[in-house]
Amino acid sequence: MSQYAFYILSALSVASALMTVFNRKPVYSVLYLIFFFFTLFGHYILLNAQFLAAVHLIVYAGAIMVLFLFIIMMLNLNKEVEPNKSIVAKFAAVISGGLLMIVVVSAMKGVDAAAINQHSEIGLVETLGSVLYNKYMLPFEMVSVLFLTAIVGAVMLGKKEIK
Amino acid sequence: MEYSELIFKVIFVIAVFAVSLLIAMYSTYAERKIAAFMQDRVGPDRAGPFGILQPLADGVKMFMKEEIIPANADKALFILGPSLMMLTACMTGVVIPWGNSLIINGQEYILQITDVNIGILYIFAVISIGVYGIMIGGWASNNKYSLLGAIRASSQMISYELAMGMAIISLVMMTGTLSLREIVLQQPGAHWNVFYQPLGFLIFLVCAFAETNRTPFDLPECETELVGGYHTEYSSMKLGFYLFAEYINMFISSAVISALYFGGFNMPFIGGLGLSHNMLAILGVVFFFAKIFFFIFFFMWVRWTIPRFRYDQLMNLGWKVMIPLSIVNMLLTGLFLLWRNGLFHF
Repeated sequence: MSQYAFYILSALSVASALMTVFNRKPVYSVLYLIFFFFTLFGHYILLNAQFLAAVHLIVYAGAIMVLFLFIIMMLNLNKEVEPNKSIVAKFAAVISGGLLMIVVVSAMKGVDAAAINQHSEIGLVETLGSVLYNKYMLPFEMVSVLFLTAIVGAVMLGKKEIK
Repeated sequence: MEYSELIFKVIFVIAVFAVSLLIAMYSTYAERKIAAFMQDRVGPDRAGPFGILQPLADGVKMFMKEEIIPANADKALFILGPSLMMLTACMTGVVIPWGNSLIINGQEYILQITDVNIGILYIFAVISIGVYGIMIGGWASNNKYSLLGAIRASSQMISYELAMGMAIISLVMMTGTLSLREIVLQQPGAHWNVFYQPLGFLIFLVCAFAETNRTPFDLPECETELVGGYHTEYSSMKLGFYLFAEYINMFISSAVISALYFGGFNMPFIGGLGLSHNMLAILGVVFFFAKIFFFIFFFMWVRWTIPRFRYDQLMNLGWKVMIPLSIVNMLLTGLFLLWRNGLFHF
């Protein structure tokens, strides 16, 4: 049964990801992207990573995409008229996109499909917590310092006049 | 899963769905009666004895009204908005432990739809999706008052979600689990979390008011400034869905508050009566609903007592009072846990 669920979910993910790119209205693009995050949520659940699934939904769909939608609504970007881009910009976009795809494909090349374990417990909150706070303690703390720096930087940039 | 358990789950899902709709329906009646009581009026009393059929009459009225979709509105999103609102409101009841377990023919049936080990996070995720219903509806109406209401609602919900999350983190630090059922089972008798986390409870309660858009935080639908807020352009049952979803949200947040901080289905002195397990479980459900009704009443009591905040006051309260307070609460909880485990000595 989980195999059928996987195929349906994957079809939905690919379709919504394509719709995000091909839709001409920005608000619809954002909504398709949110739907795409929902399908990813399903994939996490299929891999028995419930904690990651919930956090993924809270952080991406619940917070970051709300801000995306916010900006697009405020700027009233839902006009279908778009200025024509020059041919150089189009070529640059195709080449950089292709390069990114090569990187992603080569990263996936060495993956052993048999290693995907649906009963793995790595995504559950206890295992994830003990791994983060024991094995990866230093990187984890460094990331939190990095976040703090980003917050302070954003506040500094947001200030109108710096005294 | 056994066959009998599957049938039990199906019946239980339908029951939870029906009960939350029924309670939301009669919350509208209760709200009008309580408002009337507080303002020394009678309230609805025409439909049936004491006006008890008023919610049905209101429902019929909502369905019979003409449905208007504005000419410049984005039609698909205009319909999606209230649907999404209603969907997310009905989804949260899944992880709430309504009672302990029933033992029938030697088999144990847990009175909870599913006991996922990330219960609280699931509720958080669904609540954070709920804001899209308001945003999409407000934007698709193509009306500046609706848009302003939608933007107010979403920025308010994002701001208060932070403090709410941190209040929950301190609770999780105390209990050591994210599963709602385990949190409730850890509060037997009168060992309710509210006595161990009073500050966290206060923060959670204030944030629950803000998340459900209830007075004093109902700026998204502030009539004096925004006509009707995000649902200005809505009519007929689509408006009904928006209003109805608010009452379901209120019911669910009352249930979450009672489960997290007030012991859920636990009640002091009940263990000493020598009742059977099933009897205790049924009494537990009754107590749980009594707590929920108290909190629904509390929501309404506050609504008809306290005036609405100004918008800058709301933001100041969220960012400059609630979030620092919840961080302080987290630090205090951490220190308490260290002291309890004997990790430092004075």
